[in-house]
Amino acid sequence: MKRIYVNEAWCLGCHLCEYNCAFANSGLQDMAAALKGKPIYPRIHIEGKDAITYAVSCRHCEDPLCVKSCIAGAIRKQDGVVRIDQSRCVGCLTCVLVCPYGALSPNENGVMQKCELCLQNACGEPACVAGCPNRAIVYEERGEDA
Amino acid sequence: MNDYIIIGNGVAAVGCIEGIRSADTSGSITVISKEPHPVYCRPLISYYLEGKTDLARIPYRDGDFYEKNGCRVLYGKSAAKIDPANRTVTLDDGSVLPYSSVCLAAGSAPFVPPIRGLDTVPDAFTFMTLDDALALEQATQTPKRVLIVGAGLIGLKCAEGLHGRAASVTVCDLADHVLPSILDADSASVLQSHLEQNGIRFMLSDTAERFDGRTAHMRSGVTVGFDVLVLAVGVRANTALAKACGCDTNRGVLVGCGMETTVPDVYAAGDCTEGTDASCGQKRVLAILPNAYMQGRTAGVNMAGGTAVLDNAIPMNAIGFFGLHTMTAGTYAGEVYEEKTETSRKKLYTQDDLLKGFILIGDTTRAGLYTSLIRNRTPLSEIDFEQMKKIATSASFSSKTRTKIFGGVV
Repeated sequence: MKRIYVNEAWCLGCHLCEYNCAFANSGLQDMAAALKGKPIYPRIHIEGKDAITYAVSCRHCEDPLCVKSCIAGAIRKQDGVVRIDQSRCVGCLTCVLVCPYGALSPNENGVMQKCELCLQNACGEPACVAGCPNRAIVYEERGEDA
Repeated sequence: MNDYIIIGNGVAAVGCIEGIRSADTSGSITVISKEPHPVYCRPLISYYLEGKTDLARIPYRDGDFYEKNGCRVLYGKSAAKIDPANRTVTLDDGSVLPYSSVCLAAGSAPFVPPIRGLDTVPDAFTFMTLDDALALEQATQTPKRVLIVGAGLIGLKCAEGLHGRAASVTVCDLADHVLPSILDADSASVLQSHLEQNGIRFMLSDTAERFDGRTAHMRSGVTVGFDVLVLAVGVRANTALAKACGCDTNRGVLVGCGMETTVPDVYAAGDCTEGTDASCGQKRVLAILPNAYMQGRTAGVNMAGGTAVLDNAIPMNAIGFFGLHTMTAGTYAGEVYEEKTETSRKKLYTQDDLLKGFILIGDTTRAGLYTSLIRNRTPLSEIDFEQMKKIATSASFSSKTRTKIFGGVV
């Protein structure tokens, strides 16, 4: 299946992916209305040290610990994509406790969210990839699926 | 064709069903469910009282889960006996079911201490099952004074769950600090203050010695009036069935890393077991939800002839109260790295070039990276632990490791 991959050698650390992600998942048509003057809660974020930066988002693991650990049965894997049913999430953060990559974070209401590849929003494919100015983030098939 | 029997209908049972079906789509699966409900997660019952979930959302799997997985569920039935020689399970109604392999996913039961006068208390509850929560909901239709005996995970989550519906919530415990099973006294003080600020009252180093109707006579000599009593002193693994059929047991049913017991074709998973804690190498009851699922899944795969192993289970908890989150994992051994503020704690325990355990209160961002270091026994000399101590980030890993994580399928 297609996943998001990151090449840290090309990442500029510009954080545009975070803004594009927050906008794509806002459900709004106008970027300024969605983001301007507000704290943003993206599902991808930049980490790094010294001169290295890279974007972190859900790896859609072959054997996801978050799915096995969710106390509400809210995280499921469907067609290879790890998804959260936010109506079931109680905000206990057990998924944060087990994710080895730091890919889950709460939204402004304390409900967990994560990258779902923009498959459910109006974008249809990852907004972070489409907007990456240096093509450090790509969306493609790599490796084998179990 | 194989006949699988699962005794219990909690999260370990679901892991077991999904494990069996990953390897065997045709064998029959019978689930023996003492409770009259489809599977739900026990930790959700406090969220139910709080109104953060409801009866429509509380089931752990979709309505067609059992049907889709070809399971027969016997609701309201208990297993009375396992006969390994004849490979049968006898139910409490006398019926006898044959098995090719059986999984004990029988969970645990609240321990009710023999406190004098307990039989005179009109409204006494334990807090373990959905039915307990429903009964407490009924008993607190009008605001009541609640007394909870036990300041552990169950007692405190119950306190939070009832807080919005109760006139007052008082928690007592013989221990001198809250969450004594997972926190040191210093970390517990942060949490206790936060709970107190939110209206929970504590009586620590003290407990109810005698009840007289709606009055508790405390060891310290004071008396506490209450309307509703919740006993949350502790839980005991349900080991009786296993013991009776010859399985070795300690505080739980002893299992190897394939969830096999000492009796052939009898497996066990979840809160009733005692497996190996990989953070210290000792046998321990790891009564936590992720472990229940993973053990169940491991048992299921092996019952169906596979070779699954679970050898990195550790104690770990994510628990929040009134917006303040606490996470703990592993064993608190070795040197400690500490960061403290009035409202937060961070303690990382290291020994022999390994992260052994941690306590986080407040900022829990990306805590899973710490958990993963413990589970995977990652040598700290292979990462930039100086950076990692301060902030959990994969930037502390080598570039090669990062390329594998973010440039490949994991």
